[in-house]
Amino acid sequence: MSRPENQAIVRAGFIPLVDCAVLVVAREKGFAADHGIDLHLSKEVSWANIRDRINVGALDVAHMLAGMPIAQSLGINHIKIPMIAPMALGIGGNAITLSHALHHELEGTGEDLQAPLSAAHALRKVVEKRRYEGKEPLSFGQVFPFSCHNYQLRYWMAAAGVDPDRDVRLVVIPPPFMVKSLEAGQVDGFCVGEPWNTLAVDQGVGVILTQTSAFWPFGPEKVLGLQEAWADANPGTLHALLQALDQAARWADEVSNHSELAQILARAEYLDVAADVVLTALKGDLKFYGGGAGRADCPHALWLYAQMVRWGQTPLSRGAEQVACRTYRPDLLASALGGELGGGPGENLPPLDGTAFDASDVPGYIAALNIKK
Amino acid sequence: MADNLKILVIDEDPVRAAILKEGLSDAGYLRVEWIPDTSSLYMRITALDPDVVLIGLENPNRDVLEQMFQVSREVKRPIAMFVDQSDTAMITASVDAGVSAYIVDGLKKERIKSILDMTISRFNAFSRLQSELDDTKSELEERKVIDRAKGILMKQKGIGEQEAYALLRRTAMNNKKKISDIAVSVVTAADLLS
Repeated sequence: MSRPENQAIVRAGFIPLVDCAVLVVAREKGFAADHGIDLHLSKEVSWANIRDRINVGALDVAHMLAGMPIAQSLGINHIKIPMIAPMALGIGGNAITLSHALHHELEGTGEDLQAPLSAAHALRKVVEKRRYEGKEPLSFGQVFPFSCHNYQLRYWMAAAGVDPDRDVRLVVIPPPFMVKSLEAGQVDGFCVGEPWNTLAVDQGVGVILTQTSAFWPFGPEKVLGLQEAWADANPGTLHALLQALDQAARWADEVSNHSELAQILARAEYLDVAADVVLTALKGDLKFYGGGAGRADCPHALWLYAQMVRWGQTPLSRGAEQVACRTYRPDLLASALGGELGGGPGENLPPLDGTAFDASDVPGYIAALNIKK
Repeated sequence: MADNLKILVIDEDPVRAAILKEGLSDAGYLRVEWIPDTSSLYMRITALDPDVVLIGLENPNRDVLEQMFQVSREVKRPIAMFVDQSDTAMITASVDAGVSAYIVDGLKKERIKSILDMTISRFNAFSRLQSELDDTKSELEERKVIDRAKGILMKQKGIGEQEAYALLRRTAMNNKKKISDIAVSVVTAADLLS
């Protein structure tokens, strides 16, 4: 086993969400220290901060939205810095939550709200009715342009014929403000990670319509993102870090550890919310290890790249596809773990909109879609 | 000529915003707007159409700005913080100071540099002020707890104020601790025993 010199310091940024658990567990349960890593965790207030601090080297690695390192490697809307994501930090944990008023309107359509596609059709009917009545379009909150929340909300709406750029308003709201915005009526619904959906229900502000894992075909939610240059300069440290994070992910996935995990994450320096809210959130669909939750593979990156192209964030090009694909580096994780990637390959859902995604034909996929930008 | 650049300052802290505005106007930038909150951000940005947006790094609404600049056709598209990819020294200084600048692409580098330099020095001056204020506050707290500890010792041991202070100081020196730490222990112990 390659080990770095005594206790290499690694500075890791995170956003207070339940899926920062793998990093927190690596530190708190000693997995990082066991692998010779002194893991410094730094709580950040925005994804933009995470990106900027990684860019200037104030952070070495970070909890990132799955699309962020790809967008950064491509230089979308920002400077281009080659980034990599050797592993995923979690899958699931996102949900679409609606205000009671909108949920009630959806119920009135007679559609089955338990099934994501018919729930989306219910939304389409409500959108059409509101337009006919001359009402303001509905507003939905999500957390960042390159977040799965943004893409999931759009994918779900478009599957039923709702054009997210024309028929509704999508706004970015930082996760800790999400519940308040719903309560104040600034948005009619949102897509966000846990614990914020659970908290909205807990406070009587909203109803969870669907977990997005019920329809999102595949791919990670958060990844470990870092500059390629840092990985090249610190191969031994990265190796050890990945081993530690893999162990932390296994630990965090064990249901028998969840009450301890909830206690740790609830602390002021991490999520700063009640432990029972975190525990409720952990009982949902969030996974850290099993079901491919730790894997960030090329098809996952291409799937996210296809979303970026679909919604007009970046043009379609073969070069960009290659860059996106190379941003996810499961080979680094595999080599750190001695060649074997544990936790299974993950299961892919059939497409909600009937348009299958073929990672070897991104242009074909884009061409087959009706609603896009 | 610095006069015609439009600069928007988003800062919930009125003192820091005032320091910043003053500095910018001293430097000749007169078209400076300040928004303390982000509730009307979109309309204000559309109306102002700024060339530069200055915002504290620890403001969570930076993610809101990112989206706004990406999707809006009505607002020009400033790029976060970076004028030039090679200018890492300035970027690092900016991150250290806790400021982020969004700058419309294509602005001349020299002009941006002067704005950023000024902003960084003002942010640093503000955080110095802040830490001095914090130090003063904690000094006051320390003095209060030392006074309480002195009072306890005077009462318990029937000694004078100077003697009580000397006892605290001697104990602190013997234990290689601060007087205020010893004072806290005395007060805590007295609370427990009372």
